[in-house]
Amino acid sequence: MKKFGLLFVLCVVMIAFVAACSEKGNTVRIGVNAEMTGDMPAVGESCKKAAEMAVKEINDAGGIDVAGQKYKVELFVEDNAGKPDQSASAAQKLITQQKVHAIVGPNATRYALPASEIAESSKVVMITPWSTNPKTTLDAKTNAPKKYVFRACFIDPFQGRVVAKFALETLKAKKAAVLYDVASEYNKGIAEIFKDTFEQSGGKVVAFETYTTNDKDFSGQLTKIKKAQPDMMFLPNYYSEIPLQIQQAKRLGINVPFVGSDSWGSQELHKLCGNDCEGYYFSTHYAADAATPVATKFIEGFKAKYGTLPDDVAALTYDSFGLLFQALKSAAKLDRDAIRDALAKIPKYEGVTGNMQFKEGSGDPTKSAVIVQIKGGKFVYFATANP
Amino acid sequence: MTYVLQQLLNALQVGSIYALIALGYTMVYGILTMINFAHGDLFMVGAFLCFVAAVTFNLPFVPVLLLSMIGVAFLGVVIERFAYKPLRQAPRVSAIITALGVGLFLENFTLALNPYPKQIPQLLENTTWTFSGLSVSSLQVFVIILSLVLMWILDLIVRRTMVGMAMRAISWDKTVAPLLGVPVNMIISVTFAIGTSLGGAAGVMYALAYPVIDPYMGIMVGWKAFIAAVVGGIGNIRGAMIGGYILGAVEIMVVAFMPSTYRDFIAFVLLLVLLIFRPYGILGKPHPQKV
Repeated sequence: MKKFGLLFVLCVVMIAFVAACSEKGNTVRIGVNAEMTGDMPAVGESCKKAAEMAVKEINDAGGIDVAGQKYKVELFVEDNAGKPDQSASAAQKLITQQKVHAIVGPNATRYALPASEIAESSKVVMITPWSTNPKTTLDAKTNAPKKYVFRACFIDPFQGRVVAKFALETLKAKKAAVLYDVASEYNKGIAEIFKDTFEQSGGKVVAFETYTTNDKDFSGQLTKIKKAQPDMMFLPNYYSEIPLQIQQAKRLGINVPFVGSDSWGSQELHKLCGNDCEGYYFSTHYAADAATPVATKFIEGFKAKYGTLPDDVAALTYDSFGLLFQALKSAAKLDRDAIRDALAKIPKYEGVTGNMQFKEGSGDPTKSAVIVQIKGGKFVYFATANP
Repeated sequence: MTYVLQQLLNALQVGSIYALIALGYTMVYGILTMINFAHGDLFMVGAFLCFVAAVTFNLPFVPVLLLSMIGVAFLGVVIERFAYKPLRQAPRVSAIITALGVGLFLENFTLALNPYPKQIPQLLENTTWTFSGLSVSSLQVFVIILSLVLMWILDLIVRRTMVGMAMRAISWDKTVAPLLGVPVNMIISVTFAIGTSLGGAAGVMYALAYPVIDPYMGIMVGWKAFIAAVVGGIGNIRGAMIGGYILGAVEIMVVAFMPSTYRDFIAFVLLLVLLIFRPYGILGKPHPQKV
């Protein structure tokens, strides 16, 4: 009898679970796969904040209209711990356990790549806000675009070309040096495109040096770069490494302009770098001080809610949600495939980071980039580059 | 010529840090024949204590260094007492797994406290002198000299004091030493304290030289220092110092004269070749197998 009692309790518990799970019909479930811990927690934090803000706004407005029915939006945030394998398992968990309709994130390419494989094979829409490497939306074997993976940012070939043109035309540099992390997809991809474009346009890359993730000493590479006497130096690396690279370069007597890519764009850079980064440039997605009305509204809202300026991960995450919401509104029904079809067909989306639209049959949007300069602890708008 | 000199200077700085950390591995191995894989993470704790002392308590350099060394030494002794001592008679592999576990604990504990990379304020005046193209920073010179001084003090302790003699006795024969009145437990604690405090000092210097720290910073540096200890002959104190400088020099020189992408590959192949010809390291001696 005792055994039966236990069995009964178990049954009740299981039925309760199943019942709880089957209630998913009433909400739109969106997963966020973010770098909450690991080597870029500032990125995950921004992503989560912007996601919560976007979801709160739509719920406060009464929810979202999908095929004639109102739904509330429910958010599920998973930490990928800044590790490629955990990023894949976070995506898996969101898809199979939380049964989300779509995923936003991860942000950095090295985590977005493994997660995108899971999303593609499970046929769930994944929008990465910040991964600019072309490979994220391409199938590794066939090189054809992935069907379910989208992004809210431009891609590295574009960014690499923008920076190379900026170095040649605005900085009037003839000899460039590059130092990049060879173990990271993003850094490697953008460094190679910069080199190709810079040399095709008549410049010369006099030093092309590498290091490995987690290195802190770059003295060997920098001494070599100093010997090559460049006019400018390109550092397409993450914001936590930039202060060390610039400080060590200066200590060795390399006094050239340093230029970076969108991976510099975290407010943490000011804290870590102090005065050492003053006056340098990087290409990025938007500039908070040269904002459109849509962007101003977002920036004001973010500042009011969290007390800080949103960085570009926050802006791009917000745009990812915006794209997703617009797709949901035009979707035929609330289902993973319908969302995917509606997203691919968005005619034009007016976002915080500019106007965008997905290229035919691809998850990459067409949009512009900006160059910003670091001035007095702020990112200041410098120039716009159109596609 | 200046180029080679500059690279040699870089190698000396990197090598000094490796040597200091390698000493911790080698001292523990010498006395317990156990590899303390948590040592790289104790080094990380040293850097974080430096951050806490310098930022939260606003202390100047000397108290920061002493506080970090004492803090890490205390942590080292506690870890030995609670994690390693109960396993002293267990198979050696259990102790190694425990050490790896302690390392993971330290990393994730620091991560749980605060995952953000931290900036270390400039504790020492840092000026750069230039001699006909050769850039020498005062910080670089300071790191190299302080490491050499610490190593010299350690060498004195081991060779000239009673504690040092007791350490050498235990390392020589663990069964006979206590019979002759050597307080084994006390000496093991002292060894841990000294070895880990050197790791803490290395953490402080590393944090000053590379002033952005994060909870994973000890992993790679720890492995490299361990390799330095093996190359020098693990268990041999002077060997660890030599090994540290050799590893630093090999790494920097590969970058200096070959594509930097091959750095780790060439560096480790060279070290493997060295171990083929001298399997016990440069100064190590083969251990006679006791039956």
